[in-house]
Amino acid sequence: MSNTFESSGRREYLYNKKKNKIIVRVCQVAVLVLVIAIWEIGARLGFIDSFIMSQPTRVLRTISNFQNNNLLMHIGITFLETIIGFSLGAVMGIFIAMVLWWSDFLSKVADPYLVVLNALPKIALGPVIIIWVGAGMQAVIVMALAISLVVTIMEMLNGFKNTDTELIKMAKTFGAGKLQTFVKIVFPFNLATLFNCLKINIGLSLVGVIAGEFLVSRAGLGYLIVYGGQVFQMDLVMTSVIILAALAALLYRLIVLFEYVVMKAVSNK
Amino acid sequence: MREILCFENVSLTYQADNGEVEALRDINFSVAEGELVSIIGPSGCGKTTLLSLIAGLEPATEGRILVAGEEVSGVSGRTGYMLQKDNLLDWRTIYGNVILGLEIHGMKNSESIRYVEGLLKMYGLWEFCRKHPSQLSGGMRQRAALIRTLAVKPELLLLDEAFSALDYQTRLVVADDVYNILKREKKTAVIVTHDISEGISMADRIIVFSKRPGKISLDFRVEFPSSGEALSPLKRRNEPIFREYFNKIWKELDVNV
Repeated sequence: MSNTFESSGRREYLYNKKKNKIIVRVCQVAVLVLVIAIWEIGARLGFIDSFIMSQPTRVLRTISNFQNNNLLMHIGITFLETIIGFSLGAVMGIFIAMVLWWSDFLSKVADPYLVVLNALPKIALGPVIIIWVGAGMQAVIVMALAISLVVTIMEMLNGFKNTDTELIKMAKTFGAGKLQTFVKIVFPFNLATLFNCLKINIGLSLVGVIAGEFLVSRAGLGYLIVYGGQVFQMDLVMTSVIILAALAALLYRLIVLFEYVVMKAVSNK
Repeated sequence: MREILCFENVSLTYQADNGEVEALRDINFSVAEGELVSIIGPSGCGKTTLLSLIAGLEPATEGRILVAGEEVSGVSGRTGYMLQKDNLLDWRTIYGNVILGLEIHGMKNSESIRYVEGLLKMYGLWEFCRKHPSQLSGGMRQRAALIRTLAVKPELLLLDEAFSALDYQTRLVVADDVYNILKREKKTAVIVTHDISEGISMADRIIVFSKRPGKISLDFRVEFPSSGEALSPLKRRNEPIFREYFNKIWKELDVNV
């Protein structure tokens, strides 16, 4: 394809496409600015009760005051718990899915249990987890793990089982054993499934961490939210929620970046 | 002439949920080195099963199969199998794809690599090495799949309806292409097809199978006497004798709708 000459129709098409993209972006930012502005102005004029709703400038003040309220420590703890719970969930989930793919017998036996465990709200296990592993970071991590693990197993197993049978047959004709078939065909075939799964899991892990922190109530953003609610410090609650949103976005971005790096490395082989 | 493939009283019966199925009954034939044999038969006559047996993907119920003098007892590097689709891996480059067999067989040594690179250069795929399968045409992809199979230096190639996923024009060209490569590399091959014309155009010899249970009902050599040298599959189709072979097989297949 040559780019040296563009017809006027082509130029117009590209221009319109670009224009649409910019308009969408501007609107996205405008919505955010508008909400913050209404919130702030409303609080100042008195038709929004800043005691109940907090207000943007107060959130900013809480954030800038991070040295007194240990905000960084709480963010760090939530981040760490999420990363650990998420990684454990992913690694264990993929491993268990692999074992179940390997053995048709095990997979058939495990099937009803997986279905039930998947439907069970894992948060109901919270108190049990705290009693079993102790009220601390470990309980929060297990909570995050419990929420993401079953989904990972089911998603990945489903993907593994739906690998193009012709590709598997092709590998077999070269004499590939089960391990080689998995490593060379089944796993790479499911990389897209894996990353979709991870993108969902990072959100689920955060749900597990926040729920865990609600119950354990020692540290982290979840703890701050519960604590702020109890002492009626809405500034703290709102700040924590906003930081949590930013953290969720950041974690999601990290997965996208990881996906990009892995896909690039794999496809250069 | 050395025998590359030999069937001795081979039968296959398998168990299905709705009963016992006799797929192949008492098959005897042999293929000499360098021969291209087309196996033609109606669908369900056990053609693909026959290839699975040769490739060692499943065992025969009775009799034995020898490939290059050794009895088949599982998958080995002695046979190379080409399936209906090219089955190239999208996430690998063409180069990564053609060395897949070498990787699996654990023979990624400098000698094999040199051989594969030679094939890639010889058959015009060298400049596409770093490209991905989706960037290549159907014919090029099929050629890459053939090189992947040739890379492990099999004594015998098995082609299972290897062109049926391609559109008609591409199919004619690819058949020509594959035929030339097989002849140039002096390969022995068993070509399974339901397409009578394709079977005649590519083979030195034709074996016709009857309906289930699969038996050999016809086994003859094809010769195109009008030329001094071997005709390509595409040119063969224009020879008057092509029609005769076609009718002979057609009558034998006794197609009923």
